Amino acid sequence: MKHKTITFAGLFGAVIIGAIAITSAGDTGKEVNLYSYRQPFLMKPILDSFTDQTGIKVNMVYAKKGMLEKIKAAGANNPADVVLTVDIGRLNALREADLLEPVRSAILETNIPVHLRHQDGFWFGITTRARVALASRERVKPGELTSYADLAAPHFKGRVCMRSGKHPYNVALLASIIAHDGEAAAETWLRDLKSNLARKPQGNDRAQAKAIYEGVCDVALANNYYMGKMMTNDKKPEQKQWAAAVRLVYMDQDGHGQHMNISGAAVVRGAKNRDVSVKLIEFLSGDFAQKLYAKHNHEYPAKPDVEASALVKSWGHFKKDELSIEAIAKYRPLASRLVDKVGFNDGPNS
Amino acid sequence: MRYSLTPAVAYPFLRILRQRRFLFNRWTVGTLLVAALIATPLVAVVALALTPSDDVWQHLVETVLGKYVLTTLHLVLGVGLGTMVIGTGTAWLVTICRFPGRAVFNWALLLPLAVPAYLLAFVITDQLEYAGTVQSLLRATFGWKNRQDYWFPEIRSLGGAILVMTLVLYPYVYLLARAAFLEQSVCVLEVSRTLGHGPWRSFFSVALPLARPAIVIGVTLAAMEALNDLGTVEFFAVNTFTAGIYDVWLNMNSRSGAAQLASVMMVFVIALIAAERLARRGQRYYHTSTKYQALPSYRLHGIKGACAFVICLALVALGFLLPASVLATYAAEFYTDTLSTNYVRYVWNSLSLSALAAFAAVSLGLFMAYGVRLNGGFVVRAATHFASIGYAVPGAILAIGVIFPLGALDQLIDAISRTTFSTPTGLLFSGTIVAIVYGYTVRFLALSYGTLEASLSKVTPNMDGAARTLGHGPAATLRRVHFPLVRGSLLTAGLLVFVDCMKELPLTLILRPFNYDTLATFVFQYASDELLEESALAALTIVAAGIVPVILLSLNIVRSRPGHALEITKEPVS
Repeated sequence: MKHKTITFAGLFGAVIIGAIAITSAGDTGKEVNLYSYRQPFLMKPILDSFTDQTGIKVNMVYAKKGMLEKIKAAGANNPADVVLTVDIGRLNALREADLLEPVRSAILETNIPVHLRHQDGFWFGITTRARVALASRERVKPGELTSYADLAAPHFKGRVCMRSGKHPYNVALLASIIAHDGEAAAETWLRDLKSNLARKPQGNDRAQAKAIYEGVCDVALANNYYMGKMMTNDKKPEQKQWAAAVRLVYMDQDGHGQHMNISGAAVVRGAKNRDVSVKLIEFLSGDFAQKLYAKHNHEYPAKPDVEASALVKSWGHFKKDELSIEAIAKYRPLASRLVDKVGFNDGPNS
Repeated sequence: MRYSLTPAVAYPFLRILRQRRFLFNRWTVGTLLVAALIATPLVAVVALALTPSDDVWQHLVETVLGKYVLTTLHLVLGVGLGTMVIGTGTAWLVTICRFPGRAVFNWALLLPLAVPAYLLAFVITDQLEYAGTVQSLLRATFGWKNRQDYWFPEIRSLGGAILVMTLVLYPYVYLLARAAFLEQSVCVLEVSRTLGHGPWRSFFSVALPLARPAIVIGVTLAAMEALNDLGTVEFFAVNTFTAGIYDVWLNMNSRSGAAQLASVMMVFVIALIAAERLARRGQRYYHTSTKYQALPSYRLHGIKGACAFVICLALVALGFLLPASVLATYAAEFYTDTLSTNYVRYVWNSLSLSALAAFAAVSLGLFMAYGVRLNGGFVVRAATHFASIGYAVPGAILAIGVIFPLGALDQLIDAISRTTFSTPTGLLFSGTIVAIVYGYTVRFLALSYGTLEASLSKVTPNMDGAARTLGHGPAATLRRVHFPLVRGSLLTAGLLVFVDCMKELPLTLILRPFNYDTLATFVFQYASDELLEESALAALTIVAAGIVPVILLSLNIVRSRPGHALEITKEPVS
């Protein structure tokens, strides 16, 4: 019994030491601490080349929620320097909580167009993505669907698939419609869209293409880079079939233009490694990283003279909605409430 | 007169004061301190709820609140009922009946415990949706061309969520019910038979009521898990109260509104638990007989035996074999993707965190359960029960409750250290794995506390009395009397916490330090993009790491029955 107790205590001590040793391993030299809402496997190639080129180590935590609270709770001890997000919502929440630091940088101001960054430098758009329509090649004729308004028209009754109305991408789209047409019009649009649904909102963006492939519905919305990812997916070749079943349609080309969202970056207020932080964001906005974003993830580089991937370019030029990202951010909470009010996520038969 | 309290008001107050033990007993103070430590994050959530929150409530009441509540009630009732029937039924079957495969199902029925609900949801959807194996086969067999030709239930629905959660959560009930059945003295069953009760009647009027505390704990755990789940309900597009909490927090940018909803949920859970306890107030369940011989067993012949076999097999197949084999297939194809990462380190992180948390949860759980046994006063009881409802709080909300107090503590220590020693200490707790272990302990204390409380409640107070009469203090009594008696339950509690920590996701994501991944967080970054295949090896490791504890658990339960050796050597009575 004694022996057992000693062995157990020894083992346990080893676990504690081992567990702690791993977290404190190797912090030497210059580094920058990143809170990321983007998956590490997407960022890794880009961040690795940053480290290669500058010798600056990038430490990262990835989470989809709670980063703002983490920064807030740590107060003056906050270790995070830079935040990476996948949409404007999180950037705006951080800004409103006064947790971001304004950055002045000639490089950033040259690389990133005015409408894709905060006017006082609180955040910067790194890439843009278009929330396009996917239409069945078989069942939807070219020209049958050209605008977000069409999606809500009686013509598409029972033919529309959607991801959750509460997903940040859809909330941002609805916010842009509020910004353009006002709350009342946006509500009517959402109500009509709901009655056009083929099923209860569900699945991610890829699942919408899959549903069209399976004949559940004829049209859907998705961020355009998912088309690129599905078309080039050698690990799951069935996704190529999903992509092949749909045609990508840019919306509102005769109106405001295609709705765009951003993935962005910002420096955290009181960042300990401020200079290095700015350097990292400058790197992300530079030619090298922008090309990687385009190549690996099929997003649109924010830097105007960097070209999209060959595949994305093959989908043709289109008119982008130049609505300021800040306007979208402003109407997000209202958009989210409209989704509740209309009962959008309950599906067509409620 | 200085005190003008009326007797009715004064009486309970005075009674508390009169209990000098309450004020001066070290155990009471210790128990309250531990309860306070564990309850701090919960209190932090309630405190957040007290900050103003615009008009979120008005909006919710006018729009979706009713639907959230209704959906959640359906989910919790469905999962509660499902796990109760399946868990108790199968536990009774393998404990008391003989049928083909019983020896294997004895432990195999626990295996679904190792499978995270979100993984099963993913795998089952893959099989049951339109393009999945089942429907493709049906179409090929009957010559159906498309969706319009036939009807098939939609898996992404409330029913689907209930099915998936019941399949992975019934082992909680099975585990506790089976231990309870095994611990029952054969005497009570013999008495029941002598009085002319058949096997069914004996089950419903004797065995079941005796196992009630254990079954209730199991069902409560399953229901709380269903209540706080986000991954599965989000995947199935089921809009529950928890999904609503996240929506208010992240889409409406109202942290306090989210905390208010979470607090309402806590109150609801406390009320439910209190109601159940009230319902069996005054009932005590001690085992005083030392007569433990082989339990009577009913041999199930023919069709009955086949039914028992098929039911058990179906549960193990759906809850474990299916997800494990699908993951294994993916892993065989994509294992290089996982191995090219820091896979070994993720395994180590998961194992070490889970072990530390299991140890902490069991130690604190035992301390609290024993403290309550020593002094069952209202205050102590209420504090410990409040401390063990962390299990019902959505993980990410609980994480927020953890980081604010820890952050404040870190700031305080840092400030003191700066002024006294001019050295900053930084994030001593909130920036290290201490935060995760603390979070796990708060979240999973219900598992260890519940198990140990149930176990201790079966030790007759005569034992305490005897030990104290012989001159042992409370600590020595715990060490020399209770500890050996509940050792089996300590292991059960530790393993339950361990398995749950291996699967835990939302707390880990938020509380972890930089560059720190567990198997679950690694799987998540792929699964959230529905690219589960590429991390299948890691997902399979989570399941595999759960199997070992599950088998240990099973052996442990069988051993826990005094005189179980008899059961093996003796021919079963048919």
